[in-house]
Amino acid sequence: MRIYFDHAASTPCDPRVVEAMMPYFTNDFGNGDSQHSFGRDTAKAIADARATIAKLINCQPNELYFTASGTESDNWALKGAAFARKNRGNHIIISAIEHHAVLVSAEWLAKQGFKVTLLKPDETGIINVSELEKHIDDQTILVSIMHANNEVGTIQPIKELSKVAHDHGALFHTDCVQSVPYMHIDVKDIGADMITFSAHKFYGPKGVGALYIRNGLKIDKLVSGGGQERSQRGGTSNTPAIVGMAKALEIANEQMEQNNAHIAKLRDHFVDRVLAEIPYVRFNGNRDHRVPSVANFSFEFVEGEGILMLMDLAGVAVSSGSACSSGSLDPSHVLLAMGVPIEVSHGSIRFSFGKNNTMEEVDYAVDKLKDTIARLRQMSPLFNVKTGGTYNV
Amino acid sequence: MYNSKVMEAFANPQNVGVIENPSGEGTVGNASCGDIMKITLKIENDVIVDAKFQTFGCAAAIATSSTATQMIIGMTVDEALQVTNAKVVEELEGLPPQKMHCSVLAEEAIKKAIEDYKSKKQ
Repeated sequence: MRIYFDHAASTPCDPRVVEAMMPYFTNDFGNGDSQHSFGRDTAKAIADARATIAKLINCQPNELYFTASGTESDNWALKGAAFARKNRGNHIIISAIEHHAVLVSAEWLAKQGFKVTLLKPDETGIINVSELEKHIDDQTILVSIMHANNEVGTIQPIKELSKVAHDHGALFHTDCVQSVPYMHIDVKDIGADMITFSAHKFYGPKGVGALYIRNGLKIDKLVSGGGQERSQRGGTSNTPAIVGMAKALEIANEQMEQNNAHIAKLRDHFVDRVLAEIPYVRFNGNRDHRVPSVANFSFEFVEGEGILMLMDLAGVAVSSGSACSSGSLDPSHVLLAMGVPIEVSHGSIRFSFGKNNTMEEVDYAVDKLKDTIARLRQMSPLFNVKTGGTYNV
Repeated sequence: MYNSKVMEAFANPQNVGVIENPSGEGTVGNASCGDIMKITLKIENDVIVDAKFQTFGCAAAIATSSTATQMIIGMTVDEALQVTNAKVVEELEGLPPQKMHCSVLAEEAIKKAIEDYKSKKQ
């Protein structure tokens, strides 16, 4: 048995996506900037893919720029906007629960002299509008808050946050990497100036992302080079991946309702069983505002990496945001920002379900999880099988 | 990222538990750092005849705890004091660099348990 519950990390390519990509590796391999027929064919494929995605997210094709990853898009949005607007102010606001692509870019900007504020979420992982209102001022040039959080799956009130940013003359960027396969993204409706996308989170290929930049907004370049992407992002276009991204988004949007219903059913069954059958467990996240795919738990008195490894030995792939797995001693910045006690945060595991998972897989995983937690607690000096646990030993 | 010897020690750890009325006991680490090891020893005529551990920590912490207890059973307390984290890691045929700090826990817990034994003896 080999079960994949880590769809927030990456998803398998849909076979229809792979099929759409294949010709562009071998037959239609030309460089989209070449003048000959090979180049023209490639350029047309890229233009078609751009038009397809633009239509699905309700923007103009020339507002969409392909990149190599969600991380690159986030870097470009933050650094490009910050430097483009540095004459208007030096204050940047992000949330404390951003992906590292945004978080570390903002840290870098802070080293370049920008003032960076991190907004704290509430205990369910929501960034409240009042929190933004409290910190935004006339020096604020950019606000970046993710649409759905990658660790706990909470969905942010992005339209309202975007409005507050604009009311104060700041640009608004949102990272939609985790929300795309589960929500229809309408850039006009969201009202953001820049939006980040990543194909491999919605059953597309790795190595391709996109940044939406609304018409009329000019930000500094991140990748200098040739004339690709209307001279805003150098580098030969990754045609197969771009074609695959468009196909993947098409499929994701077509099947969204049925996939969401299926995934939410798996998630709910999983959450119900875990809460009913495993003691000393904490559910992390928001029950109302969330993507259907993610369930994050802290299992008290045990450490996340041990859970991950024993589950892996049982054939179930899950993710631990905790300390040791990332090679540092810092537990998840998201859970800590949400107020999860540091000792509890060490035992946190993210389960993220996908369209190909089954109820049998969920039941098998819960059974293995019960064994795993019991085994690790038996080994834990913090836990007494008879009396329960305490963090004071 | 772990070698098969570490995985085996983690998946099938030896000497898990607590010795009742131990000759020596040592607990090191803390929950906020994500690593705690508790070791209890049964010592007869300065020879460690049994050792048990409980560990809250990552796979490397559990594997080194298991291996360290196996290494010291049968040793005199003075020999056990010479068991460094490097020797435990050597026994496990290596740990990833970012996991080396986890092995220090076992060495410190053993030292603390032996100190406890020696202080009780006096």
